[in-house]
Amino acid sequence: MLIMASEKPILYSYFRSSCSWRVRIALALKGIAYDVVPVNLLKDGGQQFSAEFKAANPMQQVPVLKIDGITLSQSLAIIHYLEDTHPNPRLLPQDPKKRAQVRMIADHIAAGIQPIQNLSILNKIGEKKMEWAQNCITSGFQALEQILQDTAGRYCVGDEPCELSPSLHCLPLQLASSFVCSEAVAIEALCP
Amino acid sequence: MLIMASEKPILYSYFRSSCSWRVRIALALKGIAYDVVPVNLLKDGGQQFSAEFKAANPMQQVPVLKIDGITLSQSLAIIHYLEDTHPNPRLLPQDPKKRAQVRMIADHIAAGIQPIQNLSILNKIGEKKMEWAQNCITSGFQALEQILQDTAGRYCVGDEVSMADLCLVPQVANAERYKVDMGPYPTITRINKALLELEAFKVSHPSRQPDTPAELRA
Repeated sequence: MLIMASEKPILYSYFRSSCSWRVRIALALKGIAYDVVPVNLLKDGGQQFSAEFKAANPMQQVPVLKIDGITLSQSLAIIHYLEDTHPNPRLLPQDPKKRAQVRMIADHIAAGIQPIQNLSILNKIGEKKMEWAQNCITSGFQALEQILQDTAGRYCVGDEPCELSPSLHCLPLQLASSFVCSEAVAIEALCP
Repeated sequence: MLIMASEKPILYSYFRSSCSWRVRIALALKGIAYDVVPVNLLKDGGQQFSAEFKAANPMQQVPVLKIDGITLSQSLAIIHYLEDTHPNPRLLPQDPKKRAQVRMIADHIAAGIQPIQNLSILNKIGEKKMEWAQNCITSGFQALEQILQDTAGRYCVGDEVSMADLCLVPQVANAERYKVDMGPYPTITRINKALLELEAFKVSHPSRQPDTPAELRA
């Protein structure tokens, strides 16, 4: 019987895309090796608009992950797939209420903040883009700061022990925490 | 031993909010009774801006669900919680690849389309809001129509109702409200029509809510 080597996953990513970073964090946490196909959102009028990339994602956005014979877009759908298929270390608590809090915070960032200040929106806003981005992130972070008063421990939601790597002496970053990280970079990118 | 009656869940909802409608569909599908606290996004300068509602959701958006002693915002986080705690009927397939496709479509709508054409964004856009909303929905639906070629059966992913479908129907209603031409999206149109025949999608419809204005009531 011929043993097929598994193909390495391929991540279409832009170095500064906060959504791409989320997925890179998840892949790193779960120890999954992958190849990167860079998609430069600024060069060549935006490489995301090429015909080849559109075939990978009709929405023409990064990240996209090709893995296990499927092609996935939407960072949280990708991360949930990695969680379903590579459960350790976990990125979601076992308790349903804490899972809900993690998802609430992740969605708050991934649906409530990032999309309204992403590159294509800022390009439409034009001159006032810096102010627009600042307002989106400020409203979102004001609310998030409040939410975290109830949920946070060492990280966004509590501080559950990591079962697999005691040497790391603690916490698997949860889904939500990785997003906060990546949004912080987004702010830095906008405010040199 | 005193037996405590479970408190009924409370849903803060606006009849026409597509995000609220997603949660109403999930609650109906799972047969979970709940009380509605209507939050009118237009009256009184927007009731979502009240101090009481801000205590429920600092982001000042609907929907919010109070259930089992916790308060949750973000429609998909809420729906995932309902899925985790009331697994039947399921809203996510068991196969991880199909689950991923369901989530991809749900997020495509819930993160990729709706937030950029929601009320607060349109208010900031001002005069050109209709055109802005149409552009957001058109780009999103063009992509979604393509995605559905690979995933759809009777519904968005195969033949079982999923979280993707809960997001689709309210977004199509938004499209209609902003007069988006649905001609280029036959798959979205077909699936939407099939879903609207289901009781859970009817009972949760914006035209049949406690806060539906008389002139819009079914």
